[in-house]
Amino acid sequence: MNIKETSLINLHKSQGAKLVEFAGYNMPIQYSEGILKEHKFTRSNCGVFDVSHMGQLFIYGEDSLTKDLEKIFPIDLQNLKKNQSKYSFLMNENGGIYDDLIITKINKGYLVILNAACKNNDYKIIKEKLNDNYKLELKKDLSLIALQGPDANNILGKILPDIKNLRFMHGGEFKFDNFNIYITRSGYTGEDGFEVSIPNEIAENFTKVLLDNGSKLIGLGARDTLRLEAGLCLYGNDIDIDTTPIEANLKWAISKKRIDDQYPGSEIIKKQIELGVKKLRVGIKPDSKVIARANTKIFNEENKEIGKITSGTFGPSVEHPISMGYVDSNYSSIDTKIFLEIRGKKVSANICKLPFYQKNYVKEV
Amino acid sequence: MSEVKFSKEHEWIKLEGEVAIVGITKHATEMLGDIVFVELPEKGSSIEKDGTAGVVESTKAASDVYTPVSGEIIDTNQTIVDDPAKINEDPEGAAWFFKMKMKDSSEMDSLMNKEEYDKFAKESSS
Repeated sequence: MNIKETSLINLHKSQGAKLVEFAGYNMPIQYSEGILKEHKFTRSNCGVFDVSHMGQLFIYGEDSLTKDLEKIFPIDLQNLKKNQSKYSFLMNENGGIYDDLIITKINKGYLVILNAACKNNDYKIIKEKLNDNYKLELKKDLSLIALQGPDANNILGKILPDIKNLRFMHGGEFKFDNFNIYITRSGYTGEDGFEVSIPNEIAENFTKVLLDNGSKLIGLGARDTLRLEAGLCLYGNDIDIDTTPIEANLKWAISKKRIDDQYPGSEIIKKQIELGVKKLRVGIKPDSKVIARANTKIFNEENKEIGKITSGTFGPSVEHPISMGYVDSNYSSIDTKIFLEIRGKKVSANICKLPFYQKNYVKEV
Repeated sequence: MSEVKFSKEHEWIKLEGEVAIVGITKHATEMLGDIVFVELPEKGSSIEKDGTAGVVESTKAASDVYTPVSGEIIDTNQTIVDDPAKINEDPEGAAWFFKMKMKDSSEMDSLMNKEEYDKFAKESSS
């Protein structure tokens, strides 16, 4: 398989990026400053992330499209306003998650942002479910650039003053260099910020302008520590085809209005909401400085195995190791004492509330 | 000052009389990235050459640390446990990992000198 590159590849190289293959793309895991500094810069200033590997699926159609998409996604699309975004899932009949995604209502249709590793499969599933009745475009000519951090609003505002009027999880059309770009106020770090869908030919120039205004490029390594501090799931680690949104503690993303409706997995989701689940995603903090990474086994005080870590790292802003994982739901309440098996030793830890780091979203403007 | 030798697992070792001081190389820290956790062997424990003698974890992954020679651990560097970032700052100086009493000083002969290690590191990372 050919390794793909994004339109920012030359910029990455010029900033000292360490490139690794991720979901078929040659992507920057970090730049010359390293993950810790990149993480902290994003929390204190503004980080710029190339997430062009992610899928940008545009679906266009008439009024019936909304109803047909509600048969696929468990959200209330009829009450979704134009330029409003919602987090949702593509599920199988068992409520297992094919992908988690952001869906935004745009002019004449919807924009769905998909995970890089899932996008081609998602496209196939969605296209099939829509019976070829609508126009679907999984864009290859668009890049996706995220700005995240407390300075994101000011830096992007220098180029596009109207950006300040966007609220969290809302988007709008803007112009850069006479090209149309679409921007939403959203992200994956727990900080205020924006995600910019922009034609490939101007993506590098646009990013350079952001860098000239005081932001820095941040790699996927820091993106991972940032999202984990913010308690956000990484598809493939914290959620996958064997977990449901209810088990993943993401019930809030299932629209209340849709609970009695039909969509893939709807019966199981409804049952799980009513009767509860056997396993649940939780936040976990070891008592010591040891890091519990993915696949670490979790035990109760009687030495019985009760779950598994799905993500774990050192949280640079919380200055402590942090993990997420699934435990037997009897052990899921905050402050439950658990034990993690790390390199043959059992180390004590506690179930703790998510997020580890308080989010700074801008809900009012 | 005695010669510093290097292992294929990216440790350095320096002899001061009968005591060997061991740490990880600058090249290793560059490969690992920011180090955020370190676990050192217990004082008084005896470890055979190439045995596990601790762990370093960066933001990215965990890696074992090995002893380049056999011997008894007589001292460990607690300052790097308290502040693992020191390992990135001065890996081949202040951020040594442990000191050991060597069992067999001829084991030093099998290790690489600086020139050989630099070549090895360059080849293994390309």
